[in-house]
Amino acid sequence: MASLQAMTALGAHGAAVVEIGPLRISERLDVALASVAARRGRMADLAKTAKAAGIPLPEPARHQSGEPYSTFWVAPEMWFVEAPYSSHELIADLLKTALGDAASVTEQTDAWVVFDLAAPNLSPVLERLCNVDFQVVAEGYATRTVMEHLGVYLIKRGPGSARIYGPRSSAESLLHALETAAAAAF
Amino acid sequence: MIIHHPILGPRDAQEFVYLGDATLIDRPDGMTAGVEAFHDYLYNRDNPAGEHRELWYHEQGDRSWLVVTRNTVTHEITKVELARDVARARGRTK
Repeated sequence: MASLQAMTALGAHGAAVVEIGPLRISERLDVALASVAARRGRMADLAKTAKAAGIPLPEPARHQSGEPYSTFWVAPEMWFVEAPYSSHELIADLLKTALGDAASVTEQTDAWVVFDLAAPNLSPVLERLCNVDFQVVAEGYATRTVMEHLGVYLIKRGPGSARIYGPRSSAESLLHALETAAAAAF
Repeated sequence: MIIHHPILGPRDAQEFVYLGDATLIDRPDGMTAGVEAFHDYLYNRDNPAGEHRELWYHEQGDRSWLVVTRNTVTHEITKVELARDVARARGRTK
């Protein structure tokens, strides 16, 4: 029988942690992710079932934390839902059951690489990477943007805390871009 | 160039992809409208020096299609609408 070992987006067996000056880049392996989109004309039904299931559906360009589900807006009537991987490995099935036929759900966990950034102030590094005005936007701001030609999602969790979802197959390129910008900034 | 997205506010034009004339929304029925109308739809475009309605796609954003009214001489943008709303206002159901 085959003995299979899961590898991370960076081809390793554990999460990557990189420290550059005051910045700490931590790869996250413990996040399950799925997309939820309202079917046409069913937004009211989705809002009802999501509320009953404790799944927040925040306003455009916002992230809303919850337990166990946290959610950020990605498009009109569409969200990405995060949950702890250990308890919600089958997040798409769980959401499909919870939300019924008012929503289309797709599994996203292994399509992305997740990096958490932490530093006293992240603006110097993020202003080198993307055109989001990180200093100015409010906490809980979530948007798609471009870093080093890669489409990523950026979530502001605080002045010195951010999460980045990047395309998994370009994980090394994204990490390299983060490291390069950090080396220039700090 | 800055495009004022109806949902997300001011966004840099580099986040968008340009498609072209917004008359692409009004595709004639190929079975009833006749070959001339379809030929016109497919190949002929006005090229105005002045106000132009055009389709932009927010690829590095929320993936919405927008109808942007732009002056091709000055690049001034006077109006930005969701293409979905424009199509629905013209009686389209999708």
